[in-house]
Amino acid sequence: MSWWALLGLAAAAYGLKAVGLVVLGPRAVEGPALRLAALLPAALLPALVVVNTFAGDRRLVLDARAVGLAVAVLATWRRAPFVVVVGLAAGATALVRAVG
Amino acid sequence: MDDGASPRPVDPRGSDGARPGRHADAGPDDEPLAAKVRKDIWVLGAAVGVFGVSFGVLATTAGLSLAQACVMSVLVFTGASQFAVIGVLGTGGSLVSALGSALLLAARNAAYGVAMAPTLSRRSLGRRLLAAQLVIDESTAMATAQPGRRAREQAFWATGVAVFVCWNVGTVLGAVAGDAVGDPEALGLDAAFPAGFVALAVPHLRSRQGRVAAVCGTAIALALIPLAPAGVPIVAAALGVVPAVLFAGGPPSERAPSAGAAPR
Repeated sequence: MSWWALLGLAAAAYGLKAVGLVVLGPRAVEGPALRLAALLPAALLPALVVVNTFAGDRRLVLDARAVGLAVAVLATWRRAPFVVVVGLAAGATALVRAVG
Repeated sequence: MDDGASPRPVDPRGSDGARPGRHADAGPDDEPLAAKVRKDIWVLGAAVGVFGVSFGVLATTAGLSLAQACVMSVLVFTGASQFAVIGVLGTGGSLVSALGSALLLAARNAAYGVAMAPTLSRRSLGRRLLAAQLVIDESTAMATAQPGRRAREQAFWATGVAVFVCWNVGTVLGAVAGDAVGDPEALGLDAAFPAGFVALAVPHLRSRQGRVAAVCGTAIALALIPLAPAGVPIVAAALGVVPAVLFAGGPPSERAPSAGAAPR
């Protein structure tokens, strides 16, 4: 990988972050736009969860990660502390992989 | 961080309850970040650090020099994009497709930036340009899970810095020490991130609007996984906020804590 490609990628990646935080975000200072902005994490975080859990190479897959997610949902529902949620999910996934 | 004692500029959104009829958020907005959240942040950082090691190993295996791997982790600083680049290059893919995949995965950071903007709006342009580099999954999730503006801002910086340090230290270790550290997936650590995001999504699900946005965003992402390149399903999930605002406008008492950014 050339240094130019790397620096170009860095510039583009930074640009995407900055355009949201510094250009688009501050325009949503009131009214419906702000409400949309405030709701974005509610839409994005669960999507991130399902993509990180069920996405294979352009297909849906059900593997050890799904067990980890199920354990995480259960632990969260039981109001387990953050560390416990993360630890149990990782442990369950590792266990399924070790056995399977 | 700073804050608290310094005189505040007038909030253009009036979220400090200056306007009659608006929800006065002064109480929760002034609460500092809870100590246990700081501990959670380092747990997240540690998990990121292990993936940083894994990235360092894979990057050098895929043909990047030590310096390139380290510069990428400092300047690009978006794990999913970085793994995509070396994944495509490592399997003989073209540079164009490597960069394309990386940018699709990085696009969601623009949406995170929009979500974080109200929290950081009082800061100088220089400070916000610095903050922009730290706008990633972890910092946005940890920040927006906090009840008040001050805690949100502190969580953003603390998570951003913790993840930045861990990711970069991990990259150096992996690139230098190589395979000695093993496979994070054998430890189930790839499941640690969705698990953490489940916990951090909970405050967003307390309002009806938040739940509708979550269901719609999830459905969009799942539907697009087989149809679109990686990265697109998550960005497209942002559209889940549209039905939430159009069809689920609940009473003010139902609003999400994160919407503390959104006075009603």
